[in-house]
Amino acid sequence: MRRLIVSGAIALAALVTGAGALIIGGGAIAAGTEAHPPKRSWHFQGPFGTYDRAAAQRGYQVYAEVCAACHSLSLLAYRNLMELGLTDNQVKGLIKDIVVPDLNDDGQPIERPARLSDSFRKPFPNMAAAAAANNGKAPPDLSVIVKAREGGANEIYALLTGYVPFDKLSPEQIKEFAVTKDDNFNTYFPGHKIAMPPPLADDKVTYADGTKATLGQQASDVTEFLAWASEPWMEDRKRTGVRVILFLLALAGLMYAVKRQVWSDKH
Amino acid sequence: MASSHGTPPVFNNKVIAWIDHRLPIFSYIEKEYHTFPTPRNFNYFWNFGAIATVMLVLMIATGVVLATNYTPHVLMAFDSVERIDRDVPQGWLIRDLHMNGASFFFIAVYVHIFRGMYYGSYKAPRELLWILGVVIFLLMMATAFMGYVLPWGQMSFWGATVITSLFSAIPVVGDSIVTWLWGGFSIGNPTLNRFYALHYLLPFIIVAVVALHVVALHVHGSNNPTGIDPKGPQDTVPFHPYYTMKDGFGVVVFLIVYSLVAFFGPDMLGDAANYIPADPLVTPTHIVPEWYFLPFYAILRAVPDKLGGVIAMFGAIAVLFVLPWLDTSRVRSSTFRPIYKWCMLLLVIDVVVLGFCGANPPAGFWIPLSQAATLYYFFHFLILLPVLGKIERPLPMPPSIADAVLKKKAG
Repeated sequence: MRRLIVSGAIALAALVTGAGALIIGGGAIAAGTEAHPPKRSWHFQGPFGTYDRAAAQRGYQVYAEVCAACHSLSLLAYRNLMELGLTDNQVKGLIKDIVVPDLNDDGQPIERPARLSDSFRKPFPNMAAAAAANNGKAPPDLSVIVKAREGGANEIYALLTGYVPFDKLSPEQIKEFAVTKDDNFNTYFPGHKIAMPPPLADDKVTYADGTKATLGQQASDVTEFLAWASEPWMEDRKRTGVRVILFLLALAGLMYAVKRQVWSDKH
Repeated sequence: MASSHGTPPVFNNKVIAWIDHRLPIFSYIEKEYHTFPTPRNFNYFWNFGAIATVMLVLMIATGVVLATNYTPHVLMAFDSVERIDRDVPQGWLIRDLHMNGASFFFIAVYVHIFRGMYYGSYKAPRELLWILGVVIFLLMMATAFMGYVLPWGQMSFWGATVITSLFSAIPVVGDSIVTWLWGGFSIGNPTLNRFYALHYLLPFIIVAVVALHVVALHVHGSNNPTGIDPKGPQDTVPFHPYYTMKDGFGVVVFLIVYSLVAFFGPDMLGDAANYIPADPLVTPTHIVPEWYFLPFYAILRAVPDKLGGVIAMFGAIAVLFVLPWLDTSRVRSSTFRPIYKWCMLLLVIDVVVLGFCGANPPAGFWIPLSQAATLYYFFHFLILLPVLGKIERPLPMPPSIADAVLKKKAG
């Protein structure tokens, strides 16, 4: 009897501790100080999600016409754009005005038209130049930006659409975050003051396919593009995964059947 | 090459017989992996040794391929890892399997350790077997830590900074040791190079210690869920085909779970900040190690004093070395230890709580919680185990494994 009571008490203590830790843990996660980016639905989410080619192509246009002025995309080459469903001639058309630095046969620095095999042109020759041109803070490379943020694509979209003009801020916000007229206030940036001025606005680009270029549309398109840029092999990964899992399930079934057969004289 | 139970094998194949006469590898395989008498009553917890072995082989295989494409230089490491993903044919697959393989290797080993503790597998005559296992665990931790540094992202860099700086807590020689570890006065290219060299070296040392672990295992054979030694042939089955089949099935089921994560959430277990290239001038808002280190990280931070924290963290592993002597109970299996059974459950909960503490910034209630959980961890090993063995009255045990199996079947 005494043993039963001791065991019972220990079990109860264990359950209470465990449940308490879970509740506390959950609460702490929910009570973060920064605004959490709202969840959006993306074409590439889920186990079978793929990239929306049309959106990503429009997103490239936004990157090329807006973001590329300050942000590099150094891990991508122009040839990679063909993975978005473009032919090599279409990509050549897209990059026909882009020049990249190179050396000529005499070893002298020159600029020449970009080829498919070239990496994306960097807007600044080096980090120091990038920082000097942007009030001391070099704009980050965007190659893996979607994977480099806890909130992923939702966070990038939220940031691009999360700017609040100074005159729309409440006096409390201005006071709490010490915002001045020259600061850029973003709801979703840690500390809210972000060096990047609002990059997008309605009709900042004109889409060739006739899609209306609202702020939200551009943000969503460029996020789709950057998500692709972060992991161009994602569709291959998911396709391979489906095959691997199906194979392993079949193998597990066979193994289990053989195992039962082998053990049948021992049970 | 058939042989019956217990008699020396006779090989009909002339080549095999010729080799075996000079180098008895085939006799060895026959004896240790075919006829080897193994308790007939293993449950699925006993699969995790085989699973861990499979993961070790998988990590070495994928790791060697990654090494042929990786560049250990502070300016190129990050991009070279991305190039493996992007430009090496199936490179993403190899890196994905390696990166998540580390997590699943730890999952397998943690379950394996739990099984050893729950069923008292560390008790005489298997103390050295257990200690070799703890050595493997320590080597794995060192290997995983150095592997995480190689992509040279923000968490790589700052994780390396935090962990190597721990050694500066050692009185007098601490700072010199840190300089020696770094190969300079800050973390830089020499640090990355030596970590890369060691990350490649240690897995082969793990293989060697695993070999010793298996040799020690095969002296007295495996423990089993009853903790009673086999008393005769009625208590055992030959390892092959009974356990080769059962382990094989378990391995495949484990691989399914592993594949689900590796193919459908490959970055789920990692930290997003490690996709930001290392920047010595920008400290991340909170530096966290990989999930499998979180309980130990919590213990480190629970002690307000730096040296004290380091001692507590290493102490948390050191107690495992002396576990066979801390546990005073003569009964191996928790099945017959009515109180210890619940204490094991509490310890598991305690370690999970420590994991949550390690994942969260050390502020507010996380501090007292991690301190309480740390105290309980040491209480379990240093006070509870020695005392419990003296006062607990074990349940009556069946006379043999066969009796236990047959009784269960009848009941």
